[in-house]
Formats: sequence, C-alpha cells, structure tokens
Amino acid sequence: MSTDNPTTSADETDTEFDAAELQALRDRVEELEESMAAVDTGDEQKKMTIVATQGSFDMAYPPLILASTAAAFGWDVVVFHTFWGLDILHEERSKNLKLSSVGNPNMPLPNAVAALPGMDRVTTKMMEKKIADNDTATIEELIETSLDMGVEFQACQMTIDLMDYDEADFYDGVTTGVGAATALQDMADADIQLLV
Amino acid sequence: MSSEYQTTETLDVKGQSCPMPIVKTKQAIDDLEAGDVLEVVATDSGSISDIQGWADGTGGVELLDQVEDGDLYTHYVKKTE
Repeated sequence: MSTDNPTTSADETDTEFDAAELQALRDRVEELEESMAAVDTGDEQKKMTIVATQGSFDMAYPPLILASTAAAFGWDVVVFHTFWGLDILHEERSKNLKLSSVGNPNMPLPNAVAALPGMDRVTTKMMEKKIADNDTATIEELIETSLDMGVEFQACQMTIDLMDYDEADFYDGVTTGVGAATALQDMADADIQLLV
Repeated sequence: MSSEYQTTETLDVKGQSCPMPIVKTKQAIDDLEAGDVLEVVATDSGSISDIQGWADGTGGVELLDQVEDGDLYTHYVKKTE
C-alpha cells in the first residue's frame, strides 16, 4: 500500500514537467557544474604550513628542505618559527647553529665524553664537514633559495621579545609581528601542517 | 650523452643533493618558454624518484624521460604551458 503512493505521485509529477521547467532545470545544473569547476580550480593551489620550534643544527634542515621543495611544487608555504626555531632565521645565529652531542644515541660518542666542554663544537664541525663533502646545501643557502621562491618565513613576535632579538637581526624578507593566531589561521587554510 | 629530445637548455646539478636538484630544476623551468625541453644532469640517485614526484605534482611540466648511465642521472622535462 505505502509503496504505491510515491510511484503514483512520481508519475503525476513527471507529466507535470513542461519544456520551460526542464530548460530551467538544465540551466540550473549547468550553473552548479560551473561553480563546482571554479571551486576545484581554487583547490589546486596547495598550501603547507610548518611550525619550526627547534634551533639545533640538525633540526634546522627538515623544515628548510621541505619548504624549498614545496615551493618548487608551486605551493604556498609558510614556516612559522618560534622558540629555538627563531635562530634559523637569525642571520648571525643561523651560521652558528650547534649539534647536540649529548642525548643522541646515534652519536659515535659515549654521553660522558659528549658532555665534556667544547664537544658540541667538535661534533658540529664534523657534521659541517660531512655536509660540505656531500655538497648538501648550507642552512643559509636553503633560506636564501626558499625566500627567492616565495616561501614566507614568519618569526614569532612573542619569542623575538623573549629572546631579546631585534627585528633587524633576521634575514631580509622574514615576516615579524606575527603570533599564534596568525599561525593557526595559516594552519586552518593549509592542506599540510607540520610541527618540527 | 646524446638524446632523441631537442633540448633547449641543460642544467648541471652534478654533485648537488636533495633538495637542490628539484629546486634548481623548478627555477630553470620558470625561465623557459612553453614547449621548451630542459635537460637536467644530476648525480643524486634520489633524483630519479624526486624528479618524477615533482613532475607529477606540478602543473605545466611533463617528464619525458629519465636516463641512468653509471653515476649520472639525466632527466628530460618539458615545459607544457
């Protein structure tokens, strides 16, 4: 009984469509397809936001390598640097980032030896030599290249003040005067969000 | 090494490692015209997979071929638009 009713009413509705209504429906479908296509085009522009919190020599590389590579893909890239991550953008400090030899089980050194004064400098020099021998890009080179390719490097204002840095200390092109709200907004708009 | 492709320009990234071969390829492609073919000569063994991934994920470029010859990896990238 109950299944009969919809069939009957559907039949009635079919007969009620006239040419003008059909045309109106076709126009509407076309309009919707066009607006869908417009939305798809907008989505092709991928966005990535990285939050860089670490300032040791080894941890400066992952965000910079990912940022420059994503820029090569034509993506919009924002790297928000906070706490020790700020040192990567600090023109002078970025050239003196240190590798920690203590607490890294992959280091070919016992912790008791690694903790001796000056050991971080020694292990950093060893790593820098490896990087030079392998023709891996330097931190400075990766920053300059990324900036050239349109990566937006942001320096967290709260940590700039906390560390007592000056805005002029950073590489030219680094954005200052931004905080967590800016970072969150960028993350919300991004397809990929990474915390390094 | 000769190839069947009419290359417009050659990019030498021998010795350079990730991410530079990709980054330099992108920069070189930007300077070319639609229809041009860029020859990229690299020694980074990761460049085979990386150039493929980059070309797949990037609009306006087409990877024509990749030739492995000993320690040399040569890639042919066409700018399509």
